[in-house]
Amino acid sequence: MRQLKRLICLLLAGVLTLWTGIGTVGAQQGTIKVMYTDPLSGPFAQVGDQNLQQFKYILDYINGRGGAVGRKFELVSFDNKSQPSEALLALKSATDQNMPVIMQCSGSNIAAALIEGVDKHNERNPNNRIVYVNCGAVATELTNEKCSYWHFRMDAHVGMKAETMVRALPKDVTKVYLLNQDYLFGQSVQHDVKAFLAKLRPDVKVVGDELIPLGKVKDFSPYITKIKAAGAQALLTGNWGPDMTLLIKSGMDSGLDIRYYTMYAHLGGGATAIGPAGNGKVRSVMAFHENIAVETGKTDTEGWTKQFRSSHDFDFYAAGFRTIFEFLQAAMNKAGSADPVKFAAALEGLTITDMLGHQVTMRKADHQILSEYFVGVFSKGVKYDSEKTGLGWKTETTVLPKDLDQPNTCNMKRPS
Amino acid sequence: MEVLLVSLLNGLVYGMLLFMLASGLTLIFSMMGVLNFAHASMYMLGAYFAYSVSRVIGFWPALVLAPILCGALGALIEMYALRRVHRNGHIAELLFTVGLAFIIEKGVQMAWGLLAVPYRVPPVLDRALFHIYGSNFHAYRGFMLLISVLMFVAIWLLLTRTRIGLVIQAALTHPEMVGALGHNVPRVFTIVFAGGSVLAGLAGVIGGNYLVTEPSMAATMGPIVFVVVVFGGLGSLAGCFIASLIMGLVQTFAVVVDVSFADLLARLGIQVTASTPLAEVLTIPLPRVGALLPYLMLILVLLIKPRGLMGTRDT
Repeated sequence: MRQLKRLICLLLAGVLTLWTGIGTVGAQQGTIKVMYTDPLSGPFAQVGDQNLQQFKYILDYINGRGGAVGRKFELVSFDNKSQPSEALLALKSATDQNMPVIMQCSGSNIAAALIEGVDKHNERNPNNRIVYVNCGAVATELTNEKCSYWHFRMDAHVGMKAETMVRALPKDVTKVYLLNQDYLFGQSVQHDVKAFLAKLRPDVKVVGDELIPLGKVKDFSPYITKIKAAGAQALLTGNWGPDMTLLIKSGMDSGLDIRYYTMYAHLGGGATAIGPAGNGKVRSVMAFHENIAVETGKTDTEGWTKQFRSSHDFDFYAAGFRTIFEFLQAAMNKAGSADPVKFAAALEGLTITDMLGHQVTMRKADHQILSEYFVGVFSKGVKYDSEKTGLGWKTETTVLPKDLDQPNTCNMKRPS
Repeated sequence: MEVLLVSLLNGLVYGMLLFMLASGLTLIFSMMGVLNFAHASMYMLGAYFAYSVSRVIGFWPALVLAPILCGALGALIEMYALRRVHRNGHIAELLFTVGLAFIIEKGVQMAWGLLAVPYRVPPVLDRALFHIYGSNFHAYRGFMLLISVLMFVAIWLLLTRTRIGLVIQAALTHPEMVGALGHNVPRVFTIVFAGGSVLAGLAGVIGGNYLVTEPSMAATMGPIVFVVVVFGGLGSLAGCFIASLIMGLVQTFAVVVDVSFADLLARLGIQVTASTPLAEVLTIPLPRVGALLPYLMLILVLLIKPRGLMGTRDT
C-alpha cells in the first residue's frame, strides 16, 4: 500500500515536471523577447525601476490586444549599472538568445556604445540581427553624426526639447537666464537653447549663462542672488536630480518670482522635492503628463493611466513607452514577421496614431521619432496630482510633431 | 554692496550647516582617530528619522527625537561593532565605516524608497523673515543659524565647563595619557561617538528639509565635510568652526565673482586670445569651478600646513 502511494506520488511529480517544462519551453518560443537594459541598482536605480514597472503595465495592455504577428511580447531586464561595458553584456546576452530587440533609456554614452556594438554584431551575423530601440538617450548626435540603420530613437532629442522650451516662452518674457550642468548634456542644452533663442526669439536677451559642476553644488542661494541681480524673467535649465530640485527650492525660499523652465521636473521625485511652493512657477518640457488626456477629452487614455495610478505608488509618465510598443506592433504586423531585418524596414517612415490621438512618425532619414511635445506648469487644481502633493501638471504649450521636424545630418548606411 | 551683503548671509548659513555636520566628525576623528565615513550617513538618517517622526507628532518633537535616535544608534554601533574592530587598527575601522555607509544607504533605500521624501519646513518658519534688497531672507535659514550657534555654544560649554568635557578634551590631545590616568576610555569613546552621531543627526533634521531628503544626500555631503575637518585641523573645534565658515563663504563668493584667470592676466597687461596656450583653462570663469575650490584648498593645506588651520596633532 505504501509502495503504491509512493509510486503515485512519483508519477504525479513526473507528470508535473514534464508539464511545467513543456509550458515554459512553449512560452519561450512563442514570445517576442525584448531585452531591456538600464541601471537597476546604484544611485540611478529608481529610473530603471520605474521604467520597468511602466513597461510591464504597457506590455500587459499591448499583449492583451494581440501582441504582434500573433505572438506576445516578453520583457527581459538586464542591469547595466550605468556602465557601457555592462550594456554590451546585455547586448551579447540578447543576441545569444536570438532576441530581435534591445532597448535602453538612460545615458547617451551607453547609447553610443550600443549603437556601435549593434552595428558590428549585425554586420558580422547577417542571420542573427538585432534592432536597438533607444527609449531616452537624448544626445542630438545619436541620430546625426552617429546615426545607424539599426538604431531607432523613440524620444525627442536635446535639440527638440530645447526648441520646445524656447517656443513655450511667452511674448512678454525678454530676459532669460541659462543655468546648466557642466558636462556633455548640460552643454548641449546651453548651446541649443541659445541657438533656438537666436532663431525663434531674437527679441529675447540672455542676461546670464552659467555652467555648474555636476552634482557638487549644495547651496544654490548665491546663484539665485545673481539671477535676481541680472533681472531675469525666466530661468532656463536642463538640470536634473538634486541640481534641479535644490536650485528651484532655493529660488522659492528667496522669493525669486520668475518662471522656471526645466526639462526634468516632472520625473520621479521632482514634484515631491519642489512641493507646493512651486505652484504656477515651475514648468517642464515633457512628452506626457496625466492631465493631457483630461484636457483633450481622451477618456480612454485617461482611464488607462488612472488604472496605473491605482496600482502603483507613482504617476504614469511614459506615454512614449507605449508608443514604442505600438510602433513595434505595427511594424511587425506590417512586415508579417518579428525578424529584425523585415520589421526594421517596415518601421522606417512608419506613421501611427499615439494614445493622445496625434500622428507620430519614425523619420526615415535618421530614425528619429517625430512626436508632439508639451510644456506643463506645476499647479494646484488639476484632476490628477503628482506624487500625492496636491499639485499636478497643466499643459501650457503644445508643440506639434510637424513643428519639431528639425533638419539632420545623418548619412545612413542601409544594409544591401 | 547689495550682492556682497546677501552673499555674506548666504555664505554664513551654508557655513554653519557645514559646521553642524563637521563638528561631530571632528570630535570623532580627533578623539578616536576614526575617519568615520558613515558620519554623513548619520546625517541622512537624522533627516529620515525627522521626516518619519514629524509625520506623526510634528516637527518640534522630531527636532529632539531624531538626533537622540541617531545618538542611540551611534552608541550601539560603537559598543557592539566598532570596539571589536578597534583592536585591529585604524585601517580596519576605516573600512568598517565605509561598509557601514553603504549598508545604511541601502537600508534607507529599502525603508523609505529611492525617491525623495516630502520632508518639509514647518509652516510657522516657511515665510520670509525679512527682506534685503528685494530678496527674502527665509525664516528657516534664520532658524538654522540660531540652532547652529546654540549648538556651537553648547558644545563649547560642555567641553570646557564639565568634567566629562575636560576628559574628552584631554583625550583629544593626549589620548594615551587619559587612559593611563584610569579613566574609562572605552566609555568616553562611546560617548564621543554617540555625541558625534547626535550632532550629525541634528544637522540632518535641520538640513534635510532645507535641502532635499533623498538616499544620495549622504554621498553628496560626505566629501565636503571631510574637507572641512582636515582643513580646520585635527583636534580643534575652533579650527573646524572657522574652516566651515571659510568653505561656506568661499563657495558662495566664487559664484558671484565672475572672473577668470584671463581677466586677472588682462589687468597685468597680458591679453589671452584663442591662440594663447591653455586658453581653454585660463578663460574658465570662477563660478564654473567654484564648487571645486574647497578640494583645491584641501590639497594646498595638506601640502603647506599638513596639520590644518588650527590643528594640534598630525593628521
